[in-house]
Amino acid sequence: MKKGFRIIVLAKQVPDTRNVGKDAMKADGTVNRAALPAIFNPEDLNALELALRIKDNNPGTTVTLLTMGPGRAAEIVREGLYRGADDGVLLTDRAFAGSDTLATSYALAQTIKVMGEFDLIVSGRQAIDGDTAQVGPQVAEKLKINQITYVEEVLQVDPDFLVVRRRLDNGVETLKAPLPLLLTVNSSAPNCRSRNAKLLMRYKQARTVTERQEAAEDYLYLYDSRPFLNILEITASEIFATPDLLGLSGSPTKVKRIENVVLQAKDAVRLNTNDEGIHDLMKELIESHVIG
Amino acid sequence: MANLYNDNRDLKFHLTHPMMQKLVRLKERDFEEKSTFDYAPLDFEDAMDSYDRVLEVVGEISGDIIAPNAESIDAEGPQVVDGRVIYARGTQENLDALIKAGLLGITLPRRFGGLNFPVVPYIMAADIVSRADAGFVNIWGLQDCAETLNEFASEDQKERWLTRVVNGETMAMDLTEPDAGSDLQAVQLKASYSEQKGGWVLNGVKRFITNGDGDIALVLARSEEGTRDGRGLSMFVYDKRNGGVTVRRIEHKMGIIGSPTCELVFKDAPGELIGSRKLGLIKYVMALMNGARLGIAAQAVGLSEAAYREALSYAKERAQFGKTIIHFPAIYEMLSGMKAKLDASRTLLYETARFVDLYKTYQHISEERKLSNEERDEMKTYQHLADLFTPLAKGITSEFCNQNAYDAIQIHGGSGFMKDYAVERIYRDARITSIYEGTTQLQIVAAIRGVTTGGYLKQIRVYEKEDLRPDLEKYRRVLISLTQDFEEAAEKVLATGDQEFLDFHARRLVEIAGYIIMSYLLVLDANRDQEYLRSVQNFNKMAKGEVKARAEFIRATSMEDIGHYKYQ
Repeated sequence: MKKGFRIIVLAKQVPDTRNVGKDAMKADGTVNRAALPAIFNPEDLNALELALRIKDNNPGTTVTLLTMGPGRAAEIVREGLYRGADDGVLLTDRAFAGSDTLATSYALAQTIKVMGEFDLIVSGRQAIDGDTAQVGPQVAEKLKINQITYVEEVLQVDPDFLVVRRRLDNGVETLKAPLPLLLTVNSSAPNCRSRNAKLLMRYKQARTVTERQEAAEDYLYLYDSRPFLNILEITASEIFATPDLLGLSGSPTKVKRIENVVLQAKDAVRLNTNDEGIHDLMKELIESHVIG
Repeated sequence: MANLYNDNRDLKFHLTHPMMQKLVRLKERDFEEKSTFDYAPLDFEDAMDSYDRVLEVVGEISGDIIAPNAESIDAEGPQVVDGRVIYARGTQENLDALIKAGLLGITLPRRFGGLNFPVVPYIMAADIVSRADAGFVNIWGLQDCAETLNEFASEDQKERWLTRVVNGETMAMDLTEPDAGSDLQAVQLKASYSEQKGGWVLNGVKRFITNGDGDIALVLARSEEGTRDGRGLSMFVYDKRNGGVTVRRIEHKMGIIGSPTCELVFKDAPGELIGSRKLGLIKYVMALMNGARLGIAAQAVGLSEAAYREALSYAKERAQFGKTIIHFPAIYEMLSGMKAKLDASRTLLYETARFVDLYKTYQHISEERKLSNEERDEMKTYQHLADLFTPLAKGITSEFCNQNAYDAIQIHGGSGFMKDYAVERIYRDARITSIYEGTTQLQIVAAIRGVTTGGYLKQIRVYEKEDLRPDLEKYRRVLISLTQDFEEAAEKVLATGDQEFLDFHARRLVEIAGYIIMSYLLVLDANRDQEYLRSVQNFNKMAKGEVKARAEFIRATSMEDIGHYKYQ
């Protein structure tokens, strides 16, 4: 029996769209990333937790975090290391700029091929800046492996297969699938654990090769004596990619128009503040399928 | 939810006190462990950065998990099933989150898996967790018992127990019994050496034991047959894995409901002796209690913070007579008074923590090598200060937190009396802080030595000589005059040479010293950061009133007057 699993967690740094202020959008209708704090995409944290739980219960398992983004996205790798990931990869290159989901999944799939054998890929269902839920499934397609979406719990781990529960609108489904496999994870899955004090102190100086050029000189000696502080940085030239399929040129998505939608209350209904009024409200909500 | 560390600038302010430079360097032995442990600090800045980041994790867990669980834990409480304690669901959840984050054994040496943090950031973590849920902080804060093991247990014992604490096993200190509460000399739980078992066995009953079903317990027991006082008591470690102790019941309490307070029955429970026989109470419990008292002071400050914030936000929202109530003098005076007491409590807490840190660190270093004369003198100075400031801090912060909880309810009016608002729980939780780990009255018994030996006065003179900005001079002038009142009052009481007269005025004298010391500390805080000017102004005035009232009471009391107070 093999010892442990190799798990790759796909994670994305996103603008925190949950706390949108009035300067969240630029005049041209694109997201003003500078005005929003960059965070670990919430459902990717659920994915990381799912991977870490498999690691907790299966000695020898390793968890590698893979993120694509600008240089500062290395922070996502560090956040993963603080929580228990073994190592991480930052995929970064100007050639990736303007990628839609197709170009992103192509770049990620090419990178995973370079990273070698794996048993499981886990990602969040979707990112809060795009809400497409396409990247995970596209990666699985490109790697020609099975995928299960909307997962909230792994019920059984076997060297050759997993049994998982997926959450759907109208209920849950329990599925068994052979490895290698890709899972996308819902926010209904357990929240990710906090950063661990020791790991935080151990990895806080972890840097990519680019970041190291700006690191304090006093600490540069660390990167030779502590190899785990080197975050692997991979660029477009290292993933055997067809240039046309990357970035803007590899992205068929075209934004036709962007609108500012201001939600307004229409057709106000005044209810009586008594039991009867509440009863009528509930009845109407059920009939219109808002609830129930 | 909010991060309870990041949203409170007072914490960072105290964490970055100038004395930290010296304290951290000593604690880290000039950062010698950086080559042995990859999480050890490389230098002072790196150490401070680590404290800051780890406290941020504490703040996050406190805001996201512990605070939201507080209400349900208070409603649910722990249970006893078949002689074992089952925590409330939220309690277990809190504990699991802190264990996973590696936040047990914060102050323990790295060779046992600890973080080797000084007392200051540890106490700060307790301050933060307590603001989230003061009932929960007990269970987590009992890791403090491990510090006593680290001080007095053998290397082999440390190896076995401390590593387990670091991995998340909880602790308890089994001291009190039905007839031995404040008076621990009366402890009767029997420790007898069994030749047959080749070790000690414990028999008897313990009562009011916080987290009594913890994994590892320190037990005070009578090892010397036929003795009746503290000199016959020794300290033992009981390991729950060995069995022999059952939980008979847990108390139904007014507050800190999530924290199980147990009555324990020891039946031939194996115990392991710590240190030397007969030193259980005289030496080890004293050390244990001092650590625990500082922990309660942190709990009290966290509660004061919670009470103040609840009151402030309610006063800003609640409108009456056409405006929000925060604009009424009766309310804003109460609120700013709460804030002044909170700031005064906190500055006293961290001053005390620094003294404890320096003293303990020197003590540990003295076990590794011979201290220089200068270092030995410093150790003695800080030991003395730690001994004087610990009961002062515990006594005053716990009384202030009760006052703040009371005022917080008052500001809420009728709503505060209802179960709908958190202040009601804060008020109940606050009440125990001035009772356990020694009542305020017993803190005074320990602290009065600071008056009789001139220890407080000496430290007041140290503060008096600090360099200040010109705008702060006026506060120093007030404090110099109050110090004069303090000296006169103390002189009058001590001149009688009468113990009862001293005991009668002890609390007044200690509180006078406390008000002056806290005022000075706030002035020094304002000297470093303008933000504290407001609290300096408010607390200085408050201190003047409080000191004068007490001094006048002492001035107006003669030995004969005591008769009017006595009962036959």
